[in-house]
Amino acid sequence: MNAVVEFLRMGGYAAYVWPAYGITAVVMLGLLVATLRDLRANERTLQTLRQARRAAPARNDEDPAHGEDSVPVEAS
Amino acid sequence: MHRFANPKRFLDLSRRIVPWLAGATIVLLAAGLVWGLGVAPPDYQQGDSARIMYVHVPAAWIGMFGYTFMAVASAVFLVWKHPLADLAARAAAPAGAGFTFVCLVTGSLWGKPMWGAWWVWDARLTSMLILLFLYLGYMALINAFDDVNRGSKAGAVLALVGIVNIPVIKFSVEWWNTLHQSASVSRMAAPAMPLGMLAPLLLMAVGFTTFFGVIVLLRMRSDIAAAKIRTLQLGQARTAPGDTRGTENTGEAAP
Amino acid sequence: MAKTLSRSKLLKRRRLSFLALGLIALAGATALVLTAFDDNLVFFYGPSKMQRKAPAPDQRLRLGGLVKQDSIEKVKGGARVRFVVTDRKTDVPVVYSGILPDLFREGQGVVAEGHLRKDGTFIADEVLAKHDENYMPPAVAETLKEDGHWQEQKNKK
Repeated sequence: MNAVVEFLRMGGYAAYVWPAYGITAVVMLGLLVATLRDLRANERTLQTLRQARRAAPARNDEDPAHGEDSVPVEAS
Repeated sequence: MHRFANPKRFLDLSRRIVPWLAGATIVLLAAGLVWGLGVAPPDYQQGDSARIMYVHVPAAWIGMFGYTFMAVASAVFLVWKHPLADLAARAAAPAGAGFTFVCLVTGSLWGKPMWGAWWVWDARLTSMLILLFLYLGYMALINAFDDVNRGSKAGAVLALVGIVNIPVIKFSVEWWNTLHQSASVSRMAAPAMPLGMLAPLLLMAVGFTTFFGVIVLLRMRSDIAAAKIRTLQLGQARTAPGDTRGTENTGEAAP
Repeated sequence: MAKTLSRSKLLKRRRLSFLALGLIALAGATALVLTAFDDNLVFFYGPSKMQRKAPAPDQRLRLGGLVKQDSIEKVKGGARVRFVVTDRKTDVPVVYSGILPDLFREGQGVVAEGHLRKDGTFIADEVLAKHDENYMPPAVAETLKEDGHWQEQKNKK
């Protein structure tokens, strides 16, 4: 038990060490969560759109060269 | 050719790499944390406050590496017009900014007990703060234009202009009198710290790097999906083949 | 067809050279700006430099160096402290009333902010401790002290 207390105390610098590690964890987790959330949302929407396209057959002027994969890729 | 950049190869590659990077991140960070917080000795002067080093220094390194990555990607985008390069730069910005922010905050938390000040305007701290502003400026600029491509170009220019700040940060402690100490880990000299402290530092640094890789690849995947969504939605309005829309990048007609 | 290929290569090469030239110009400009502002960018002066510059008594600046061995004295009452800042060539006496940081001790790096009195004493209103880039476990430090190798460690830049 004493060892745990000593560890948490960080030689008297606990008020500095733990917030430092804390903010690091918060920022890293925040980055991960935000990125995954956007990724999942976009991939879900893409899935939905693709299914809709398959359901509604292609129009006459639909050129395979103009599908989703051959247009310049831009950022969201 | 690049105008029609098919991201399929990139997507396949990233799908295979990301799980490995993620796994490596978890292992490296776990090992680094246990070693740094528990096993490593305290410093003879700074005591346990020196353990802040195991997050502060890797965060600083990634902040600088992230910006360099962003600048190189921007150069590739400006010269070769490769759209994936633009996506890579955009993906790197939030992560790089986040780590720079962590560096500044953990630095303050370390400086207060050791130096006696939360902040000083010496060359090292000031140039790191400038780095954060450059990141924020980039993120604002790329979204400031209605035309996405103009935003990308403007951001790329800013990223390249700001690259001079990186050597300034690195050499600030040598060129000027600073409160921040000089480098403890340098390729030239033997490190000024024992292995028991160097090892957790390096473990955390590599772990932060693989984490950065995961974030960048996932964000690029997300942006590619978003672009596909946009073109599918635009595609409803397409008319005949030979359409010159989507050729803004080079101004040349479709082959 | 061949004409289009070489034209695009030409464009690429031109963009690349513009980029390279731009970066070189930027680096040059930055170097010039930084050297021009060098004086204002300096965070602190060492004792020798400060003596050379002979600042006015009302000019606020920072003095940085090592706390000279055996120079710390607490003025009666305890609130004030005197010590000497040295760069091993020049000594500057300092007077300070206020809280000293944890790391403040003899042989330690220090940065004091204040002004230089006419008699050559530096009146500090803020004192910050500066530590070097060396990290060491307490046990190793102890061993070095016992062996008498301590000063060697400290003198390594």
